[in-house]
Amino acid sequence: MRNRGRRGQNGSNSETNGVVIHTEDLRKYYILGAETVRAVRGVDLEVKRGEFVAIMGPSGSGKSTFMNLIGCLDTPTRGDYWLNGRKVSELSDDQLARVRNRDIGFVFQTFNLLPRATALHNVELPLIYAGVSSRERRKRAEEKLTLVGLADRMDHRPPELSGGQRQRVAIARALVNDPALLLADEPTGNLDSRTTMEIVEMLATLNQAGQTIVLVTHESDIAAWASRQIHLNDGLVERDFENEGKVN
Amino acid sequence: MFILREIVMVAMASIRANALRSGLTTLGIVIGTAAVITMVALGEGAQRQVQEQIENMGTNILTVRPGQGFFRGVASGSRRLEEDDALALRDQIGHVYEIAPEIESRYQVTYARSNSSNSIVGTWPSFFSLYNHELEHGRFFDEGEVQGRRRVAVLGSNVPDDLETPGGLLVGRTIQIRGIPFEVIGVLREKGGAMWMQPDDQIFIPLSTAMYRVMGGRDRLRSIYVAAPSPDELDPAWAEIDRVIRREHRILPTEEADFSIQQSSDILETFNETTQTFSLLLAGIAGVSLLVGGIGIMNIMLVSVTERTREIGVRKALGATRKTILFQFLVEALVLCVLGGILGVAGGFGAAELITRLYGSSTAVAAEAVAVALGFSAAIGLFFGIWPARRASILDPIDALRYE
Repeated sequence: MRNRGRRGQNGSNSETNGVVIHTEDLRKYYILGAETVRAVRGVDLEVKRGEFVAIMGPSGSGKSTFMNLIGCLDTPTRGDYWLNGRKVSELSDDQLARVRNRDIGFVFQTFNLLPRATALHNVELPLIYAGVSSRERRKRAEEKLTLVGLADRMDHRPPELSGGQRQRVAIARALVNDPALLLADEPTGNLDSRTTMEIVEMLATLNQAGQTIVLVTHESDIAAWASRQIHLNDGLVERDFENEGKVN
Repeated sequence: MFILREIVMVAMASIRANALRSGLTTLGIVIGTAAVITMVALGEGAQRQVQEQIENMGTNILTVRPGQGFFRGVASGSRRLEEDDALALRDQIGHVYEIAPEIESRYQVTYARSNSSNSIVGTWPSFFSLYNHELEHGRFFDEGEVQGRRRVAVLGSNVPDDLETPGGLLVGRTIQIRGIPFEVIGVLREKGGAMWMQPDDQIFIPLSTAMYRVMGGRDRLRSIYVAAPSPDELDPAWAEIDRVIRREHRILPTEEADFSIQQSSDILETFNETTQTFSLLLAGIAGVSLLVGGIGIMNIMLVSVTERTREIGVRKALGATRKTILFQFLVEALVLCVLGGILGVAGGFGAAELITRLYGSSTAVAAEAVAVALGFSAAIGLFFGIWPARRASILDPIDALRYE
């Protein structure tokens, strides 16, 4: 796989200084009945362009909440968040939708493809919301599907594809807008061990080509592929270290 | 816009994916719209028919009829309208208006071995010009024949059929009216009728002949027709007639008249009032069924939103804004309703046509009715679609993505 250009556009933004994620004292509290749940209690984090970060932690560690904040699906109760040089912690719902559309590519555990749409249409979806013309959309979607090795499956619908193939469609969809950040939430949780390797290897290859990746997982052998591991516990960063024994 | 195309395509795809459900839901709108169109078509048709009849009969004609007389507040029985009244009218206002009295009764008419029962009308020659009658065969009777109480008859266009003889052959022949021989001198061209007048089935004879030779000295007129030169001059004509007849009957202008003067547009108005109330009622009922259809649409849209919660989450995660999601579901409801509206209009046309064929009542589908029905069904789509669509648009993407 080769880096097919375009990505340079995001990273070369001089204001970002190569920083994709920057958080300061990021907090998220929920009111649950009479109780306040402090899911994220002040996280300072910086992720540079080209990093491959694995976020780990037991359930209840605030991992999912943190991921939602990083993915601009949720807004923090307190603290600030800059994504790709832009302060996004105070944006409105619709502005966040635009940020998700342009700067973030999601890969979910359950794939979250539209079952009635073809692989090609699924990959085109973010471009539709970005207002890209249909010819350009098709070209770019085909390009990304070829990149993930599904050139011959473009017209298949998700139910006609295997789990690994579905996740590869999801990766192509995540990449189609050339996002600054690829955010993968337990991407191998629903896959068998052989396909798991396939997907993880693909993520590693993408990272080698320069793609910034944040991977949320609870499996240490998956996290071992990342260049950096962040362990969350009880809403705080417990450990944050360069991955010495990185596979690959 | 590229998004708009996607929105419409997604809406169509969703409707197609749930074809049966969409179809059944739309049925409510289809039936509602069809009902509205049919009801309006019936009302409109009836109205138009009456309008046509009245125009056919002449819009510039006033009809004087005998009415109840009152003496010191007590009804003194029906007062007469006599030939003298018609003569007085002719003498005093005949230079401006055309006057024709009418006496009518139903008798048996025989010719050769055929016989039928027909309405026999005794009148003046002016009757024919007053109603713009034209001849198919022969001639009208004239003033001299009225003076001479001659036994001559002009037949309405359907009468030769009743007597089983072609009209052309009847002219010059003798028919029997109530056993009295009459010479047929003319046959009228077909005129068409109104519900209260069927000149095609009538036989016209001189007034004097009718009164003294056929009806045994009866002198009570059924009515006197007065034609104004144009419909605009009906009001002065009305006043003139009122003045002349009052003087004849010796009734002061302050007293209640013992006759009535009607205008064909009065009949139309009365009729319109009745039909309008009736069609409003029917359209109201049809409108309610359209409303019920709208509730069905809302119900199914709510189901659709719930079913597709996850899809909504995905779309939002990938960059769909609230507005985009709102539009997507609104367009879906709109497409369902407008589709239903179009089918309903077609169905309404069909039903109207069927009613015309089966019952012969004339129907007319007005262009405005179609526009209103379509507009109304679109409005229902918007009205009942907005709430489900809003619910979809404000879904939290995190919850929506987690939804099973």
